[in-house]
Amino acid sequence: MSNSQDIELANAKQEFTITVYTENQIGILNRIAIIFSRRKINIESLNVSPSEIEHIHRFNILITETEEVVRKLARQIEKQVEVLKVYFNTNEDIIWQELALYKVPTDTIVEKVVVERLLRENGARAVVIRKDYTVFETTGHRTETDKLIEVLQPYGLIEFVRSARVAIIKDSKGFNSKLREFERLDPGQDVIENEFLDKEKNVFTM
Amino acid sequence: MDTTQEVTTKLAEPKKTTQVTGSVALLEGLIAEGTETIFGYPGGAIMPIYDAIYDYKEKLNHILVRHEQGATHAAQGFARTSGKVGVVFATSGPGATNLVTGLADAQIDSTPLVCITGQVFAHLLGTDAFQETDVINITTPVTKWNYQVTDANEIPAALAKAFYIARSGRPGPVLIDITKNAQMQLFDYEGYVPCTHIRSYRPKPIIRNEYIEQAAALINNAKKPFILFGQGVSLGNAEEEFKAFVEKSGIPAAWTILGAGAIPTDHPLNVGMLGMHGNYGPNVQTNSCDVLIAIGMRFDDRVTGRLDKYAKQAKVVHLDIDPAEIDKNVKADVPVWGDCKETLPLLTNLITEKTHAGWLAEFKAYEKIEQEELIEPELNPQSGELTMGEVIHQLNILTKGEAVIVSDVGQHQMVACRYGKLNATRLTVTSGGLGTMGFGLPAAIGAKFGAPNRTVVAVIGDGGFQMTLQELGTIMQFGVDVKILILNNQFLGMVRQWQQLFNEKRYSFVDITSPDFVKLAESYYIAGKKVTERADLVGSLEQMLQHPGSFLLEVMVSKEHNVFPMVPQGCSVSEIRLK
Repeated sequence: MSNSQDIELANAKQEFTITVYTENQIGILNRIAIIFSRRKINIESLNVSPSEIEHIHRFNILITETEEVVRKLARQIEKQVEVLKVYFNTNEDIIWQELALYKVPTDTIVEKVVVERLLRENGARAVVIRKDYTVFETTGHRTETDKLIEVLQPYGLIEFVRSARVAIIKDSKGFNSKLREFERLDPGQDVIENEFLDKEKNVFTM
Repeated sequence: MDTTQEVTTKLAEPKKTTQVTGSVALLEGLIAEGTETIFGYPGGAIMPIYDAIYDYKEKLNHILVRHEQGATHAAQGFARTSGKVGVVFATSGPGATNLVTGLADAQIDSTPLVCITGQVFAHLLGTDAFQETDVINITTPVTKWNYQVTDANEIPAALAKAFYIARSGRPGPVLIDITKNAQMQLFDYEGYVPCTHIRSYRPKPIIRNEYIEQAAALINNAKKPFILFGQGVSLGNAEEEFKAFVEKSGIPAAWTILGAGAIPTDHPLNVGMLGMHGNYGPNVQTNSCDVLIAIGMRFDDRVTGRLDKYAKQAKVVHLDIDPAEIDKNVKADVPVWGDCKETLPLLTNLITEKTHAGWLAEFKAYEKIEQEELIEPELNPQSGELTMGEVIHQLNILTKGEAVIVSDVGQHQMVACRYGKLNATRLTVTSGGLGTMGFGLPAAIGAKFGAPNRTVVAVIGDGGFQMTLQELGTIMQFGVDVKILILNNQFLGMVRQWQQLFNEKRYSFVDITSPDFVKLAESYYIAGKKVTERADLVGSLEQMLQHPGSFLLEVMVSKEHNVFPMVPQGCSVSEIRLK
């Protein structure tokens, strides 16, 4: 790719998924959120949940911005005391999914054979079946979950909910080794084993 | 394993704990952190701490300010002159919200503060209790870190963490909000353990040798290298390392207003002040140097002027402890991450000793033009009204560059910073990033506690003085020896200057009247004098400086004098105007 194309790409707005590892502390969500709102940047989707390591939470933040802006945002987020590490990735760098739930009247499902076919085609599965309603679930990209809304709308879709994006970084080696580096009193570029891994209380008690 | 023996050993050394209240643990922690002076104001939700401090009067010097904003600025002044962490106490609700301006000022100017606020009882949180306000969320954008304590057991660790965060890395303000029940609660106190590590917090980025080497190569090959230095040098206590670097490299160095004094004003390689009202040479030469070496500064828009015309011809080497500053405003060709106390010596080792005589002479040529056209008539006017510049010039002659010069915000600030002579580091205290009018008087109080052996002169305008003049009460009550120098031009001068230059002289609400400042001082039992004639200036300044204790000197200066040079907003630094 030529240089000018590179620059163009860097200046074009596109979807970025920002992955943030934080301590599980009250207030850190607000500290991160205001980094975006201060700059009048909208968060398209936000997922916060415990990571595979105890006491450490993982954020997935989806925004549409230029790479330059995202890099600056990432540094501002990483600067927060309770943030361990920030990664940002384009859609090419990640595998992502959103989960969606659809509530539809059970009688239409039962009556209309076509609905069953459509659900099957869209990879939906029933989570709950009650006399009055049935809840289906599907996962996928936004376009996929959107499509099923369209499909179910004519059959009396009662309620719909979609989760935030969760994303796996394709070339990530996980966070365990990174954490060990953080827990060293004397930081270095090489990672060594640390006795305090997964033992937040020994690192800082509060 | 012999278990009996283990039990005996444990019994022989019982864990030493004493039952104390959260308030006592807090004060013990402050003492352990080396705190001697606290600036504060009591109120309902912080009463248990104030009850405890009644017994600590010998160990902790509590200064009762007249407004909580004053406490934060005083703590800032203290931190700037002493290099220690400033400590503030305030109550919940209005007491805490009054801290916000000072916190914002400390945040943008990287000043280490630990603010303790009282909070309503934990069981009342969220009930709109009397004087309850969501202090944590209000202060989140203006603190480096904040934390709410609801249980006394958390106090020692929270305080240790607060001090560690406030003073390490890029310093900043920290706030601990303590509910009243936690202040009163008795708990088993095991002593104070300072915090030295937080796993999610990297105060200093890891130094990368390849960047040091790349920076050295750029510097060694440069024909017209230029150093810009900010407060990072003095915040990192790296004045010696910086001086060694400047002297070995022979590179001219210019400062931001918070960086002033890291090398003395009259050092041969100190070429002056950067920015909107900085010196002629440094601004113009920014756009003709070939390598720009920025040390501990953040390329504020008041320094850079128009960014797309800023130093485009130069390779930029940026030394900063805060990785978020790299590439934030100006793209760095070589980012030297790290504490400049550590990176500067590494860099000094790799550079060749040089003198850039021809390049330096270019700065001197610009200096000569500025001196003749602007500085000389400003500092030594032979007739007409008094100028702000000549007041600062005469003050310099008397203080010989040994006094702490605190300034407020506005025209007088630019004049005080441009012309103030500084022989040592930590002699200038001003509100740089936030531009907080009203900063000067309370900051001077703190500056005096931070540098008790220095003369502290607070240079303040007639506008800014009226924003926090209630702190005269603090000066009176605690006998703080602060010299107050009011430069009165009967205008909100900086706004007036802009209205004159850019709004066709439509003077919109900049005409400000003042009380009789000398009588005002007198009512606070502070000696004072007003000067309107040139002939009385030097004698009055001498009187102020020699007066035992605080003194207020009001100098009537030219009403419509403008601060020049000036880089008008939206212009490039090389478009700096001398008039």
